[in-house]
Amino acid sequence: MTTLPWLQHLIVAPVLLPLLVGALLIPINQKRHSLKFAMSLTSGVLLWLVAIALLLMADGGHWADGIGVYLASNWAAPFGIALMIDRLAALMLVLTATIALAVLVFSAQRWDRVGVSFHSMFQFLLMGLNGAFLTNDLFNLFVFFEVMLAASYGLVLHGYNLRRIRAGMQYIAINLAASLLFLIGVALVYGAAGTLNIADLSQRAAALGAQDAWLLQVGASILALAFLTKGAMWPLGFWLPTTYASAAAPVGAMLVLMTKVGVYAVLRVWLAVFGDAAGALDGFGLAALSVGGMATLAFGAIGMLASQDGGRMAGYGAIISSGTLLAVIGHSGSAVLASGLYYLLGSTLAMAAFMLLIELTERIRPPGAALIAITMEAFAIEDKPEEPVGVGIPGSLAFLGLSFAACALVISGMPPLAGFVAKFSLFHAMLASAADLDDSVPASTWVLIALMVSGGLAAIIALMRLGVRTFWAAGALTAPRLQVSEAAPVTALVLLCVLLTVQAGTVFDYLGRTVDGLARNADYAARVLGEPPVLRAPAAEGAR
Amino acid sequence: MEIVIALAVGVLFGSGIWLILRPRTFQLITGLLLMSYAVNLFIFAMGRLWVDMPPITPTPGVDPAQFADPLPQGLVLTAIVIGFATTALYLVMMIGARGLTGSDHVDGEEPHQ
Repeated sequence: MTTLPWLQHLIVAPVLLPLLVGALLIPINQKRHSLKFAMSLTSGVLLWLVAIALLLMADGGHWADGIGVYLASNWAAPFGIALMIDRLAALMLVLTATIALAVLVFSAQRWDRVGVSFHSMFQFLLMGLNGAFLTNDLFNLFVFFEVMLAASYGLVLHGYNLRRIRAGMQYIAINLAASLLFLIGVALVYGAAGTLNIADLSQRAAALGAQDAWLLQVGASILALAFLTKGAMWPLGFWLPTTYASAAAPVGAMLVLMTKVGVYAVLRVWLAVFGDAAGALDGFGLAALSVGGMATLAFGAIGMLASQDGGRMAGYGAIISSGTLLAVIGHSGSAVLASGLYYLLGSTLAMAAFMLLIELTERIRPPGAALIAITMEAFAIEDKPEEPVGVGIPGSLAFLGLSFAACALVISGMPPLAGFVAKFSLFHAMLASAADLDDSVPASTWVLIALMVSGGLAAIIALMRLGVRTFWAAGALTAPRLQVSEAAPVTALVLLCVLLTVQAGTVFDYLGRTVDGLARNADYAARVLGEPPVLRAPAAEGAR
Repeated sequence: MEIVIALAVGVLFGSGIWLILRPRTFQLITGLLLMSYAVNLFIFAMGRLWVDMPPITPTPGVDPAQFADPLPQGLVLTAIVIGFATTALYLVMMIGARGLTGSDHVDGEEPHQ
């Protein structure tokens, strides 16, 4: 009798661990928040370690082709659900775990106390996110999306006040409708191809007859609508700025990650099903993705210029970031993928740091406590978060100013930080891939580059205006008291952006290997479909 | 039978779309419910429509054309459960919104006259 090597079980740990911890947290009384926080933080640290371990295993040749497969309940693919980890999934897991850890530490000061069950919902959100990155089955992806969304509904409403209720109402309605579209898409794909396993689908797509191929295209388009609603592509992303602006700061930082899940899902399905091997279906819908991405970019840039408060600005920043990603992926496909993923890393880290930072800068303006007071009343929570006690940090204004500047530089893509490296390499890759095909660069490339540059310009204008208004024109500034546990996560995220810039070579090497792996579709399908279930020797007759 | 199912799905979905475009939360949730019924029927129909056929093959080596596809039935069960849970969640939040805003408009306030 053979057993699965225990390391193989690590693949499923990012799903099981938050589920277990989240469930254990529910019966613990809200008053024991330090215990709840400790459990949640332990889970966060463990998740981070597991994610790093998985990344090293995927990249270090532990599995053939850098793809690890875990068969749920020991059913061979495509009959059961296969979890699959490759370099891309591992990278997203690490990104999620890193941001989650920062957000958890940040929320310890007061946000986990303004409502009930913050930590449980946070863990379930992590479970949904990790599951969505790991799963290799479309219907299972739907289930993890729903887990993630259900947790996010609770989190968006966390610290129940009028603004959050209004935003949440629209956020939930639009996502319920998008989930229905997701189901229709899944059903159509199943009706056309007879399978929901993405690897199996990539094998069957090329061999479909004309009518079934058409059905698959319709199904995939409807699926993409559901993904892109999460990814906030224009015109599906109008819900996003209001939701971001009204959500609590730690929740906003996690929402930044959730828009990236939509982009990830599109990437995963499209690269596998409509990749180079798909014959007539090769590159289906990429043009629409490119145009939609460009429109999203323009919409985000205009919105950013038009918004007054930091939360909305961050929302439009997230829209610009997913617009850029979608446009370049749609425009040049896998040629720019490495640069696109680098952009995703930098912008997600910076946006998350920015969401946390906004809440801190708002304390410079005196009447910031009104928001929480309503919450307390509505939920009848007795212990108000007392005035922060503990270690304050010196020079809080200088810290806020510097972090704000760093985030603004990354978000707008100005030198010297990661945003600039990302945009520069995107331009380079787009121009190079256009020049490879034929010697002239098509007009659409120039349009896209112009849009990205003006998006950066709009971002820097808007952020500078916000910075000037907050730090210079606010009159007499009272330095807010910031706690170490609030400043440290922001610092860590900003420093990661710096590290990303300094170590750009290493990161690009890794991303290069990621993209190489994604391009080898046949290997991927062979790995997932060929993963043998653990065979057990039949029990002896007498033992029954 | 196909035309009956197709009409049922179309009518349910169409009514649902009309209802979710209405301004009141009750209409919105009714619309979402109708749409989810339509989607469930649709998933079910994607396994092809069969009458009087068992979904599971008892022994290997039989003609699969004699059996209904069990997978969409499994999918639709999951979809029903998840749809039910999320709709219930939304209902709770609507009650909260009604209490806090004093209005059942989806914007949380009555439109200005």
